[in-house]
Amino acid sequence: MESGRQTPTRRQLLHAIGLMGGTAALYQMMTTFGHAAESRFPGPPNLAGARKGASVIVLGAGLAGMLAAYELEKAGYSVRILEYQNRPGGRNWTLRGGDKITEMGGATQTVQFAKGNYLNPGPWRIPHHHHTLLHYCKKFGVALEPFIQFNHNAYVHNTDAFGGAPQRFRSLAADFEGNVAELLSKAIDQKSLDTKLTAEDQDKFKEALRTWGMLDEDMKYAKNLRSSSHRGFELPPGGGVNGAPKPSDLFPLNEVVKSGIAANMAFFMNDEFQTTMFQPVGGMDMIGKGFAKQVDRLITYNAKVTKLMQDKKGVSVTYTDLVKGGTVTAEAEFCVCTIPLTVLSQIETNLSEKKTAAIQAVPYSNSVKIGLEMRRRFWEEDQDIYGGHSFTNQEISLVSYPNFDFFKDGPAVLLGAFAGGPGGYHLGGMTPEQRIEAALAQGEVFHPNAYRKNFMNGVSVAWNRVPWVMGCCARWNEDTRKEHYQELVALEDRIVLAGEHASYVGCWMEGSLLSSIDAITRLHKRALEA
Amino acid sequence: MTRLKTLALAALVSAFALPAFADEPGPGGSKPPKPKDGADIYRMYCQVCHMADGKGAVGAGAFPALASNARIGTAQYAIYMIEKGKGGMPYFSDSLSPAQVADVVNYIRTHFGNDYKDAVTAKDVEPMAKPPTQARR
Repeated sequence: MESGRQTPTRRQLLHAIGLMGGTAALYQMMTTFGHAAESRFPGPPNLAGARKGASVIVLGAGLAGMLAAYELEKAGYSVRILEYQNRPGGRNWTLRGGDKITEMGGATQTVQFAKGNYLNPGPWRIPHHHHTLLHYCKKFGVALEPFIQFNHNAYVHNTDAFGGAPQRFRSLAADFEGNVAELLSKAIDQKSLDTKLTAEDQDKFKEALRTWGMLDEDMKYAKNLRSSSHRGFELPPGGGVNGAPKPSDLFPLNEVVKSGIAANMAFFMNDEFQTTMFQPVGGMDMIGKGFAKQVDRLITYNAKVTKLMQDKKGVSVTYTDLVKGGTVTAEAEFCVCTIPLTVLSQIETNLSEKKTAAIQAVPYSNSVKIGLEMRRRFWEEDQDIYGGHSFTNQEISLVSYPNFDFFKDGPAVLLGAFAGGPGGYHLGGMTPEQRIEAALAQGEVFHPNAYRKNFMNGVSVAWNRVPWVMGCCARWNEDTRKEHYQELVALEDRIVLAGEHASYVGCWMEGSLLSSIDAITRLHKRALEA
Repeated sequence: MTRLKTLALAALVSAFALPAFADEPGPGGSKPPKPKDGADIYRMYCQVCHMADGKGAVGAGAFPALASNARIGTAQYAIYMIEKGKGGMPYFSDSLSPAQVADVVNYIRTHFGNDYKDAVTAKDVEPMAKPPTQARR
């Protein structure tokens, strides 16, 4: 380094970039430095200068609606919320013993779970970079605990590999990576790797492959204590006279590939499924309850919106009181509508043709979740599985283990199915009893001697049949994004839509909150102009 | 590329490469049972919303009945709704082949009190069967 000249510190550099290129460049640079993360939480909205008492009606008491109501009221608006259900939270929902649910078609289930056990039918895990949600959890006193997302010791099952026998994730992943490392190393030796690396760099790369792939001195992935330290031992290290470990046999590579382990490994790489993840202590609906503590007094429950109209003076919302009966019309100057598109597309409005087309253009997904209560934690006691997921190519997709009360005696609830796509439609079309039987039949592949023996009771939620949403969440594709997204999110005179469907973080609670903040910020600006 | 290959590729892409939705189970569930005929397709794809008796259901909105629904007298309407979707009805162009769509349309139009004699084939479906571009979010 030249004397008298210093490399700028990171902060100096960021400051300079901020001055030169503005916030976008600053953000991009921060991303490069690894400072900014995935969610674009701008901080709580600044709604200063609101005309006191200007009125806003919010449709839907899910997270988007309650956040909008909370922030708008704080800014000085006069706010009320209409909610179809008799509870706040929307899809932020938890089922516990005694809860009764009736799905479309009429099937009714009463949850039998023991005290303390629960199923989160909707959202169940929170990425560490979903800043908006984490911000409001902290603000509203919602306690979070780790959600065990990645468990090396859980299983991967594929009906087409290993004769249908499940294998531990770590063994399959170790063998996949070990084989990749050995093959790449050979390719370097044979000069068949098309690379710009210098000879020296190639040596370094080979050494890296040896380290990462658990290869031996000869760059072979072989049965030995080194490979076993990743994939698991035949006999693990012990103490005393017979303490020496025994290495385990490697799997045949073709079976490893057939198991689909690469897809499992890729799943955990995704930015939204990387550890650390969180869950609220006691059930996901603690978040909805946390929001409701702030805005419950503003909510009219059991209100089924049937008509949404606006004119030059304001917005009028017609709703049916589902308990007392009768039709009521509510008026306000502005409206934040968070009603899911599946339902909104069937409500009479005088929104523009383009907006209406956008509302009708976005299909919803179809998840099915099934909670199974078991007499004891055989996955922990017999198989050393503490949280995490075992994946299968059968329709249930996975079995996921509880992330709290480890080592506890007594009943525990595991997630016996999380089906989507064809499996979601198929399981959803079954009766609740048939769903439980399918979950037991498919899930017992992981726990053959314990699954049915310890089963006590179960409950299933097929999101298509949930009366207040009729689907799980919005499913955009590139075509619909291009054609309809801007139209959907655009403020149309006095009405703005919000919710996960009005975001690029679809299906996540974070998306609904980010959408809500953006929507009320624009609505506030519009209100100031009025 | 043949349509089946395209479908397989789309399934592969959505199942393996880009699992980013919160409601996506991840890499599991990639081998659901194959429906044998129109009745099977109805049971495995349609009855979750339109119900086993084809009478639909009512919640905050409604799933329309297929039983005694005059609209499906026009086979092209049924095909269009399955391929393109609208409102609460998702599109199935990325999950059912034209032959499967024809099978289930024929099944619906001859059950639940419907008795339309003009059967359709995969050829009638193909012009409308273009899966949308896949997207991450």
